[in-house]
Amino acid sequence: MSSAIEVRGLTRRFGDFTAVDSITFDIQAGEVFGFLGANGAGKTTAIKMLIGLLAPTSGNASVAGFDVVRNADEVRRHIGYMSQRFSLYEDLTVRENITLYGGIYGLTDAEIRDRATALIRELQLDDAIDARVASLPLGWKQKLAFSVAMLHRPTVVFLDEPTGGVDPITRRQFWEMIYGEAERGTTVFVTTHYLDEAEYCDRISIMVDGRIAAMGTPGEVKQKFSAESLDEVFVQLVRPGSTPTLQHG
Amino acid sequence: MKFSYSWCAPDRRRLFSMGNPQQLWRRNSAVRAFIVKEMRHILRDRQTLTILLLLPLAMVVLFGFALRNDITDVRVAIVDPAPDPATIALRDRFAGNPRFSIVAISPTNVGVEPLFRRGDADMALEFRSGFGESLARGTPARLLLIGDASDPNTASMMAAYAGAVIAGYQSAIGATGQSIQIVPQFRMKYNPTLESVNLFVPGLIALVLTLITALMTAISLSREKERGTLEILLVSPLRPWQIILGKVLPYLLLAFGNVVTALLAAWAVFHVPFRGSLILLLVSSVLYSMVGLALGVLIAALTSSQRAAMLGALVGTMLPNTLLSGMIFPIASLPGWLRPITYLAPARWFIVIARGIMLRGVGVAYLWRELVVLTVMLVLLFGAAVRSFNARLA
Amino acid sequence: MSTPGASGAPGVDGAGSGALSVNGVSKRFGEIMALDDVSFEVRPAELFGLVGPDGAGKTTLFRILATLLIPDSGSATVLGLDVIADLWAIRARVGYMPGRFSLYPDLSVEENLSFFASVFGTSIEEGRAAIAPIYNQIEPFRDRRAGALSGGMKQKLALCCALVHRPDILLLDEPTTGVDAVSRREFWDLLSTLKASGLPIVVSTAYMEEATRCDRVALMQKGRVLAVDEPAAIASRYPHPLFAVHARERHALLQVLRDYPHAASIYPFGASVHYSDARSGVSAASIADDLRGFLATRSVTDVSVEPIAPGVEDAFMELMGAPEGAVRAAA
Repeated sequence: MSSAIEVRGLTRRFGDFTAVDSITFDIQAGEVFGFLGANGAGKTTAIKMLIGLLAPTSGNASVAGFDVVRNADEVRRHIGYMSQRFSLYEDLTVRENITLYGGIYGLTDAEIRDRATALIRELQLDDAIDARVASLPLGWKQKLAFSVAMLHRPTVVFLDEPTGGVDPITRRQFWEMIYGEAERGTTVFVTTHYLDEAEYCDRISIMVDGRIAAMGTPGEVKQKFSAESLDEVFVQLVRPGSTPTLQHG
Repeated sequence: MKFSYSWCAPDRRRLFSMGNPQQLWRRNSAVRAFIVKEMRHILRDRQTLTILLLLPLAMVVLFGFALRNDITDVRVAIVDPAPDPATIALRDRFAGNPRFSIVAISPTNVGVEPLFRRGDADMALEFRSGFGESLARGTPARLLLIGDASDPNTASMMAAYAGAVIAGYQSAIGATGQSIQIVPQFRMKYNPTLESVNLFVPGLIALVLTLITALMTAISLSREKERGTLEILLVSPLRPWQIILGKVLPYLLLAFGNVVTALLAAWAVFHVPFRGSLILLLVSSVLYSMVGLALGVLIAALTSSQRAAMLGALVGTMLPNTLLSGMIFPIASLPGWLRPITYLAPARWFIVIARGIMLRGVGVAYLWRELVVLTVMLVLLFGAAVRSFNARLA
Repeated sequence: MSTPGASGAPGVDGAGSGALSVNGVSKRFGEIMALDDVSFEVRPAELFGLVGPDGAGKTTLFRILATLLIPDSGSATVLGLDVIADLWAIRARVGYMPGRFSLYPDLSVEENLSFFASVFGTSIEEGRAAIAPIYNQIEPFRDRRAGALSGGMKQKLALCCALVHRPDILLLDEPTTGVDAVSRREFWDLLSTLKASGLPIVVSTAYMEEATRCDRVALMQKGRVLAVDEPAAIASRYPHPLFAVHARERHALLQVLRDYPHAASIYPFGASVHYSDARSGVSAASIADDLRGFLATRSVTDVSVEPIAPGVEDAFMELMGAPEGAVRAAA
């Protein structure tokens, strides 16, 4: 059985600059995979290739069983996407956003209605269903955005820094939702700057200068670099030569 | 399946036979969802929506009225060296006609030229002595019709109407059996060949200046607001007027450069005449540009997004400056109630100045009123702009 | 309303003892209470943190301190000057960095810097000493357009632009948001260096762990101050015994723990789960034993239960209570 996400020698060049340098990995169905890396390491470029927004210079990848180059359309139809910068339309209401995305992904009116009801009940948004998304606190927006991304039951969902700026309790609620989806068999591909969230993942990878410098379960990665925390691993990889000091006051 | 009238009803799918029904359904519902979303966005952006509704309304009203190419108020100066019953009768005909109003009657044509230069007369009618006698004898009675062709369209129309009045008189007296030959001679001053380009160049300069000053300033300032760099500028020793000045001066320079280029092109390529003072024209252009800049700043201060600022600048400056300034539609052809409103369009005053300098060769003596108006506008608008530009965010 | 941990009188005009003081500041936007009776003080040469999630009111507070907004009630002073009456005096002496890397993307690093220097009537040369430790890191890119810099570089450039005119106080609004962990750590190292030179700095952040890099912090949530004190002091006031629990299956562990009757709070924390016990007067050892026993009965394997010292994040979650509802109640 093929993996949920298969990447083989994926490369992307912009003129002289190689943003992504021949990365290769597999992600299994139902995995929660943390895709980490410093700013400018090539993470965003890699993700754009996986969701069919950018064509690779060489190499290939398949997501949810579809080739990202030849079947970009199918890829997009079978994945969900949510980013920190944008997820829902702020001037539309909760209900309107759900209906919109349901329509965009080709759900029937009945399906939209049923899934919306279930979604609202689960998130306890009954009082807010006709409120504009702009009026929701950030944590709620993100939880709603995630649910909307899952509305059409994609097999793979891409989350780009979904919890930036969210309060610590709601962040953890969000990860509960992620786990819930993973248990249902959805593959979750998430990037984050919170290194404690990296520990919540089944496996992680760390990108440095366009290449994958480390990959494995959080425990394996820490062990490989003889580090006590992923923070230390990060420092070793991104700034080799500097001594990581534990900065706790 | 049951046929229904909703446009995405299942039956319609068969009419199209593009791809399989499943795909078509999905595509339809996706497009439908998008249309609904866009409508919501539009309806909820209050500022932009107001402008978008005002814009067509304004255009309909203005175009509707302005597009009437009728001439309604032709000011005639009459030169009658030897009044006789015939000339008086013809003069009365003009006076009685609602389209014409007589602004001066004199025995010589000495005063005609200044009237034209000042823009106080649109047309002059010069009788030759012995007009009535010639008519009575049946020999050609000459009548000189002089029009101000710095606006060639208008001049032609005025001449046509005048010709109609004369023809009416002719047929009236012809009914008594005499043969009359009134021979109107047309002479077009200031633009003998009725070149439209001479008409348009001053207007085009005004248009370009409005574009560069009002529109670009509005966009640039609101972009600074949107980007957030304005916050940093505010939390600095810079006062609002300094920020405005720094933003605005480059566009002034650009505007000036454009005026010079436009004039060069008009003179070199189209041989548009230039009879007056170049310095005065450049100074007036700078004055007009500054008015535009002040307007741009005001619009940016009053709107909260780049999009609204741009639309506001278009509706608030470009539109009145093209439709109400006499650039395209002669002010004389605008309905009476609209004419006072044209006083609010800065371009109206500038075009008078520009045409006066370029085509009539007049100077400050004749144009001082327009210059004063522009200066007053500048002072008022600049004051309003600085005041509206908050030293704080709220 | 006095806030625990705040000490010293608020700064008086001219010769205040504090670098910055906020007294009962409230600000409302429509129905939302962005700031609700906020008070604290920043001491000279202090690195002071405003720590809290989005919606806490950090940006609104910064804008009031930078004299961009007027509070509805209460007062604030910066360097002893009133934010309403003395705004021009404050604006000349403050280094302000709003969120969102507000720089000109089409200008180069050097052009941005020289522009902001000249706005304050100075130049890069004059400010070179002040920005040296930071500028050294971005100098190789001085001709690159600011829009083409990575997030970490942009943030260092923004810091330079705020520092180049040698301000007497720095106000930095979420400078580390959206930046990777290593760049964030470097940025805080730079701030420590700056503070050592005597410059008071007020920084806001949504990352709880950055609180420990500050001398003192104000924890904020929904416009209210939850606590003001040194991070260690805040953490030490955590009311329950706290433990880090590991198991092989973390998800199963969480489910099981939720059934445990003595739990006060259960939160995943990276590789482990933080468990706090609701009972008082029970020794740490017996709590740990009880818990291990319970987990064993539920067939959770490879269990370890260790007492740990609470951190700022634990304290924050305890202080914030329940997260806010979706529909903001009109304040």
